Amino acid sequence: MLDTIREIQTPEGIALRLRPAGPLPRMYAWLIDLLIRGIIFTIIAIPMGYLLGKASAGPLAIIAFIILWFYPVLFEVLHNGQTPGKQYYQLRALHDDGTPIGWTSSLLRNLMRTVDFLPFLYGLGLVSMLLTRDFRRLGDITAGSLVVHSDSPEHTHHIPAATSMPPPVPLTAAEQQIIINYAERADRFHPARANELAALAAPILLRPTANKKDLLGIANWVTGSS
Amino acid sequence: MKQKQFEHINTPIWDTLEKILDGETSGDALRRLPQLYRSLCQHLALANERFYSLALIERLDDLAMRAHQRLYQQRASQRLSPLTFFSETFPAAVRKHWRWILAATSIFYLPLLLMILWLQADPDLIYAIMDNTTISSLEEMYQPEHSRIGAARDAETDLGMFGFYIYNNTSIGFRNYASGLLFGIGTLLILLFNSLYIGAAAGHITQIGYSSTFWPFVAGHSAFELTAIVISAAGGLKLGFSLLAPGRRKRLDALRQAALETAPLIGGAAAMFLLAAFVEAFWSSRGDVPAHIKYAVGAVLWAVMLAYFSLVGKRHGS
Repeated sequence: MLDTIREIQTPEGIALRLRPAGPLPRMYAWLIDLLIRGIIFTIIAIPMGYLLGKASAGPLAIIAFIILWFYPVLFEVLHNGQTPGKQYYQLRALHDDGTPIGWTSSLLRNLMRTVDFLPFLYGLGLVSMLLTRDFRRLGDITAGSLVVHSDSPEHTHHIPAATSMPPPVPLTAAEQQIIINYAERADRFHPARANELAALAAPILLRPTANKKDLLGIANWVTGSS
Repeated sequence: MKQKQFEHINTPIWDTLEKILDGETSGDALRRLPQLYRSLCQHLALANERFYSLALIERLDDLAMRAHQRLYQQRASQRLSPLTFFSETFPAAVRKHWRWILAATSIFYLPLLLMILWLQADPDLIYAIMDNTTISSLEEMYQPEHSRIGAARDAETDLGMFGFYIYNNTSIGFRNYASGLLFGIGTLLILLFNSLYIGAAAGHITQIGYSSTFWPFVAGHSAFELTAIVISAAGGLKLGFSLLAPGRRKRLDALRQAALETAPLIGGAAAMFLLAAFVEAFWSSRGDVPAHIKYAVGAVLWAVMLAYFSLVGKRHGS
């Protein structure tokens, strides 16, 4: 099993597969959020300063306070665990049992940024992410949260049509699945590479050679196409 | 069953579910979500068991994940009404953590009082704690001749000070709590620093004879502000202690448990900082209110706050 996938058993008896996100995409997302926060503040501050002059200091301090502490909380809770930066990189904050993040957890994980940020630029957070299994910074550990990749897989895999061909020998289920997976991707490889990969299946099929066409035929037979 | 057959039979179910999750349907169709989700779970289990193609499994997996997000929530995140929070959760949490509150109170108030008394005996000590500019701006703030108290020379507006207090004090409270994660040391340091600093300021101002402005000024908001500092520190201390002495749990589990239990403390403390900022900016700073009225209001606010924490939200025997 891949150790970058975390499985969660649900009451229905299936395992949801979460893909925890590492430090790099999260750093990019954080930078984008930082930029957006700066822009929001500037957009509010300039006309306000222009209109109110010195009196704008108070309201602006309140706005800075909200943007500093509550920008991530509001977005995570009200926007499916995604701040704009996370959304751009298709990340999502969740509870570690796969349920959507709530007010308490989001507040906790974001308050703890204070400590994650130490000694500078998320130093402790990075160490914590590298030491824990699911890339959790201290805030994630405290709040019981995870940041996962949430990009939906492409639904566009199709097994290219080919003359259906029964396998020369009975295949185990796992072998069948490997051949299907190959067939779904076959058209994305260079033809020479596709045949080279297909040749690896020859021993399983108990034949001297195997090529792309053979495997596509078998894949079509196994899945029941045409 | 061959995969194609399986897909052919079930695709309508998956498409319907996908439409619901994309928010394209409403009303009666939504009611089918649980049923569709359960069918999907069955399909996913079958697809895994029968080694259907990875693409299919990924699609079902993705759908299951999204439907699960819709259907399930943690119990803790279901009840967040501000009314229940302030009428039950917060005061109950404060009572439950009275030992931590007591600890934070002693760590905060003892050095503070000591500092005030010491400065009466040895006024020069102030120069060991603050630099000259800080001291003179402090003295400026509480000049008895000023009509407004507690604001710096440039005479910011009340609203300006309100914003500043919210930004500054609440952020200190949040950091105070969060740095409990450093085995409680962070909280301890911030708490002690604030204790000594506030004590030094109070002691110095009293010693140079500005009592008539300083004490009426702090009387109003002290109830909320000082108590909010103590409450956020109590939460931080508990966080730190859960790491040092996790009991029969793993350290990280103990931390998580402590965080869940202390989260109401920091939430409530934030509200108290807000309240304190309001009182400090719009009431404490008024120079036209006689001192005895300010003391009376301060006493009432302390009494109200103590009554709130000792009486409110006892319905469930907490």
